[in-house]
Amino acid sequence: MTTHYLVLSALLFSIGALGVLLRRNAIVVFMCVELMLNACNLAFVTFAGQHGSLDGQLIAFFVMVVAAAEVVIGLAIIVMIFRTRRSASVDDANLLKY
Amino acid sequence: MESPVEILTHAGGAIGYSWLMIALPLLGAAILLLGGRRTDRWGHLLGVAMSLAAFAVAVASFVELTGLPEGERRRGVGLFEFIPGMVDLGVLIDPLSISFALLITGVGSLIHIYSIGYMSHDHDRRRFFAYLNLFVAAMLLLVLSDNYLGLFVGWEGVGLASYLLIGFWQFKPSAATAAQKAFIINRVGDFGLLIAMFTIWTTFGSLAFRDLGADVTTQASEGTLTAIGLLLLLGACGKSAQLPLQAWLLDAMEGPTPVSALIHAATMVTAGVYLVVRSGAFFEAAPTAQLVVTIVGVATLLAGAIIGCAKDDIKKGLAGSTMSQIGYMMLGAGLGPAGYAFAIGHLITHGFFKANMFLGAGSVMHAMNDEVDMRRYGGLFSVMKITAVTFIIGYLAIIGFPLLSGYFTKEGIIETAMHEGGPILGWLAVVGAGITGFYMSRMVFMTFFGKRRWADDAHPHESPAVMTWPLIILSIGSVFLGAFLVLGNRFMIFLSPAVGRPAELPEFHFLSVTGLATLALVAAGAAFAWFRYGAAEVPAVAPRGSFLTAFARRDLYGDALNESLFMRPGQWLTRLSVFVDNRGIDGLVNGLAAGIGGTSGRLRRVQTGYARSYALSIFFGAAVVVGALLYVGNM
Amino acid sequence: MPWLSILMAVPVLGAVGVACLPKGSDKLAKQLALLVSLVVLGLTVAMAVQFSPDGERFQFTETYSWIPAFGVNYGVGVDGIALVLIALSAVLVPVVVLASWHDTDGPAPDGRSDAPAPKRSAKTYFALLLVLEAMMIGVFAATDIFLFYVFFEAMLIPMYFMIGSYGGVQRSYAAVKFLLYSLFGGLLMLVAVIALYAIADKNTFMFPELVGVIQDPTTQKWLFAGFFIAFAVKAPLWPFHTWLPDAAAQAPAGAAVLLVGVLDKVGTYGMLRFCLELFPDASKSFAIPVIVLSVIGIIYGAVVAIGQTDMKRLIAYTSISHFGFIALGVFAMTQNAQAGATLYMVNHGFSTGALFLIAGFLIHRRGSARIADYGGVQKVAPLLAGAFLIAGLSSLALPGLSSFVSEFMVMIGTYERYAVPAIIGAIGVILAAIYILWMYKRMMNGPTADAVKGFADLNGREIAVVAPLIALIIALGFFPKPLLDVINPAVDKTLTNAQVSDKQPAPTVAEKKGSGQ
Repeated sequence: MTTHYLVLSALLFSIGALGVLLRRNAIVVFMCVELMLNACNLAFVTFAGQHGSLDGQLIAFFVMVVAAAEVVIGLAIIVMIFRTRRSASVDDANLLKY
Repeated sequence: MESPVEILTHAGGAIGYSWLMIALPLLGAAILLLGGRRTDRWGHLLGVAMSLAAFAVAVASFVELTGLPEGERRRGVGLFEFIPGMVDLGVLIDPLSISFALLITGVGSLIHIYSIGYMSHDHDRRRFFAYLNLFVAAMLLLVLSDNYLGLFVGWEGVGLASYLLIGFWQFKPSAATAAQKAFIINRVGDFGLLIAMFTIWTTFGSLAFRDLGADVTTQASEGTLTAIGLLLLLGACGKSAQLPLQAWLLDAMEGPTPVSALIHAATMVTAGVYLVVRSGAFFEAAPTAQLVVTIVGVATLLAGAIIGCAKDDIKKGLAGSTMSQIGYMMLGAGLGPAGYAFAIGHLITHGFFKANMFLGAGSVMHAMNDEVDMRRYGGLFSVMKITAVTFIIGYLAIIGFPLLSGYFTKEGIIETAMHEGGPILGWLAVVGAGITGFYMSRMVFMTFFGKRRWADDAHPHESPAVMTWPLIILSIGSVFLGAFLVLGNRFMIFLSPAVGRPAELPEFHFLSVTGLATLALVAAGAAFAWFRYGAAEVPAVAPRGSFLTAFARRDLYGDALNESLFMRPGQWLTRLSVFVDNRGIDGLVNGLAAGIGGTSGRLRRVQTGYARSYALSIFFGAAVVVGALLYVGNM
Repeated sequence: MPWLSILMAVPVLGAVGVACLPKGSDKLAKQLALLVSLVVLGLTVAMAVQFSPDGERFQFTETYSWIPAFGVNYGVGVDGIALVLIALSAVLVPVVVLASWHDTDGPAPDGRSDAPAPKRSAKTYFALLLVLEAMMIGVFAATDIFLFYVFFEAMLIPMYFMIGSYGGVQRSYAAVKFLLYSLFGGLLMLVAVIALYAIADKNTFMFPELVGVIQDPTTQKWLFAGFFIAFAVKAPLWPFHTWLPDAAAQAPAGAAVLLVGVLDKVGTYGMLRFCLELFPDASKSFAIPVIVLSVIGIIYGAVVAIGQTDMKRLIAYTSISHFGFIALGVFAMTQNAQAGATLYMVNHGFSTGALFLIAGFLIHRRGSARIADYGGVQKVAPLLAGAFLIAGLSSLALPGLSSFVSEFMVMIGTYERYAVPAIIGAIGVILAAIYILWMYKRMMNGPTADAVKGFADLNGREIAVVAPLIALIIALGFFPKPLLDVINPAVDKTLTNAQVSDKQPAPTVAEKKGSGQ
């Protein structure tokens, strides 16, 4: 039973990771990051159920809180960039380089 | 054979104050140099006074010394600790040093007086006298010091004075170059003297003459003693312009003529002979070193004589002759106690007659608007009689005209060389005397006799009394001094407490085989000179001459040799080193810095600014870390 | 009376005072700096006369706990070696203050003419000078190794600014190079200092307590290397020397004097004090390589000096040659050689100091350091040329001038143990004559160059700068005994701690005679 959850978690994580690497749109990248976080949450909850302890669930809540905070800041940044540069592509925001 | 006597500590009396000989001229130099223009008006008088005062002290010390019994005639006077635990500076008054002191202060004072006239038109006369006083002080320190280090201080001190005086007219590039050359070549000799002192110190634990008597042989192997002897000889060669360090002396004639007379004829250049005689204990225990001394002496006496034959510049001719005469002294000094007295005796008489001739040459130049080319002289006898007569007396003395000074002392050296050094050395010395007869006669004929070849604006006249009187006094010495010193072995006996003497005192033969041969050769040389330069017309421009003439004119290619052997490779080495330093060592460090800079320049290209490529590298990094953790965990 | 702390406090307070003066009071700043440095000199003399050469090794000691957790102390005290070097610093600073009087007037020199050059503050320069003086005294006085390290590195700061802000056209390059080289060595030393503390395990950095503690030969070698490289860069020894010509040529003349005259001595002083006594076995096993480096430095520095076209660089290279002599003397490990080396540190400060200062006067007049831009100066400015000649003659070790005594002692002391290096070193004496006299000839002799014709001779201030140095050079040349009497017991102690038995020269003839009877 645990294995199935974990496989699902791994699949979600991989989808998220590929999305981060392959997609250009900042919003989509952002959602993929959320996907990865939630894949982790799923793994935590699974292990918590398996071991019968609350630690994993606790951490899952922490992750959600952090994710929420991240969304607030991250979306704000993306919106600001879109406003100034008329583009939501992460490849266009490449000024911070060597 | 008799050895030198012990050095006794002395207090009081004139000898107790003999350090004043050094201090007074030094004080004079200090006053004149620090006083600056304020002392211009009386500076020359102060210089002369200090020199005369030193002479007075020397005479008083001499009188006191001769009053002592023969076995106690070496007196040391301690002055102060120079380097604690190594050397105390002190004065040693013995027959050898006092002879030198008398020569230096006596001839030195005459030359001081002469310079008043000679330098009267030079607005830097005060500085000239300051340097002369400095020289006298340093030279006296050289001969009076009771240890090698003090001697060395004086040794380099006279080098400095010589540097300053050769370059006195420093605005002339040739004078500046000559001064520098003299100092540097002397430094090569000083290098030898330095190493000799190191060896003496490590072998004997002392640099004081007092501790380095005849018993040095008991504490060192002959190899060490030979090494010390050869190193000392290197020092002597530098200072005395002996082969192979002779090249500076001819250029040194750039200095004012009184300087040439005092430093480069009468006193400083003979310091090498003093050193060899003073270090007799080492040389007598090292026959190889002695042999080398005699060989150097003979080689130089011939080389100097040959150079003297081809020079048209009167001063350079005299300089060649000086080299040659010092060669005789070296030869004598290399012959052991039998030769010392003749070497030093010849040194003293040479001091008189050579100073006499140099001053005479100066008087001629003074009259001829500083012309030095003898081809522009001729027929000067009638215009400047005193100069001419005194010069001719000096000339007769140097060629060994019977009964004049040079005759006795040079004869003594040649006889002793025959006796102690073998016939080869002896006959070569005779040949040298013959050549001396030629080139000195050539000089006299070209200058004082024959047709007048003067420049149009030359109006020769006799020099003032302040210049002629020193000439007269020196020429009196040139006549009688030799006979006084040599007859009855007076000088040998006087010197013996300081340098020892052979068991059997030599007898002076007036009509020995070598003596007659020498006279014959000298006469032949003089006759040949008369034939070439007296009777015949002397061209005003030097003819090209044969290969041999060119060889002699160019100082036997001494300069060329130095240039190709040392100067060119040295310049090459310098340039290479500067290049290596800028490009090599510094380049290495700068290269390292540039390398680091370049690498970081490449590396920063990784920061593309694309968030997705950063994400990719983060994933790879994470994967590697996880993989590594798994790998390590499974181990 | 806490002499040494006072000696450090006075210049620091003076520096604060100078820096706090209101704007535009440059002249007052200079006068105050001169006054403070003269007070320090007076105090130093007062301290020196109370020093008893035969007494305790370290005198005027003070120890206060500074960082108790690591056993770091504020520990100061001087022996004969440190005393003469402090005296050297105390003499040179007022001279340098006086010599730098007009060096900070006007804007900084700039290679380009279009950009306005930055204006420089005279106040800051003289305040930095005084800070530097405090540090120089501190570095020689420190008996706590940590404190020594702190001063060793802190000295770089004022010197960095003095070169970087007040130097010649390439000043920033030179300053950065100087700083990086010194830091590189200093950090190696820091590692060694910490390792020494940890391995000795005595919870102290006090030098006297750490002598002879490290016994393991391998440890000694590593720690020796750490200290030695720092000192070799500082000294500088060949091949770590290339920062010196740049720094000395770009620094203003006064700073160059302190840099070459005093700061670099910290390197050779450190070798003598720390390397030899803390790591005696390592010093002995590294003696030959160090001597080889020194001898190379002597000859190499001299040869490269001959080829220089810039007089300040030339003087810097002569110093590299001279530092070779000093290091040679230190590592020959005989009484004569080490006493000579210590004396050389002092004498070199005076003679090279005088050379740099007079070079500074010349540059001030002509606006160029190129030797070829001069000629015939002797004719128009005889005093200047004469002073230059005396300083130069001292640099070439003419007997009767101070450097000779030290050079002679170093060479004769080295010869007692190692003949060949001493002989090669003596060749440096010949080369010295070439580089000094050739420079003198090119600059002072010959026909007077047009640009030189208007030269004024030394003025009163300049005479006041040069005269004391020349007087010292001549006095110490004939009578080095006062210094040697102070130095000798300290060197003796160093040799004892370094566990070297001085190879005694053969007994004198007089002694032998005495025993024979």
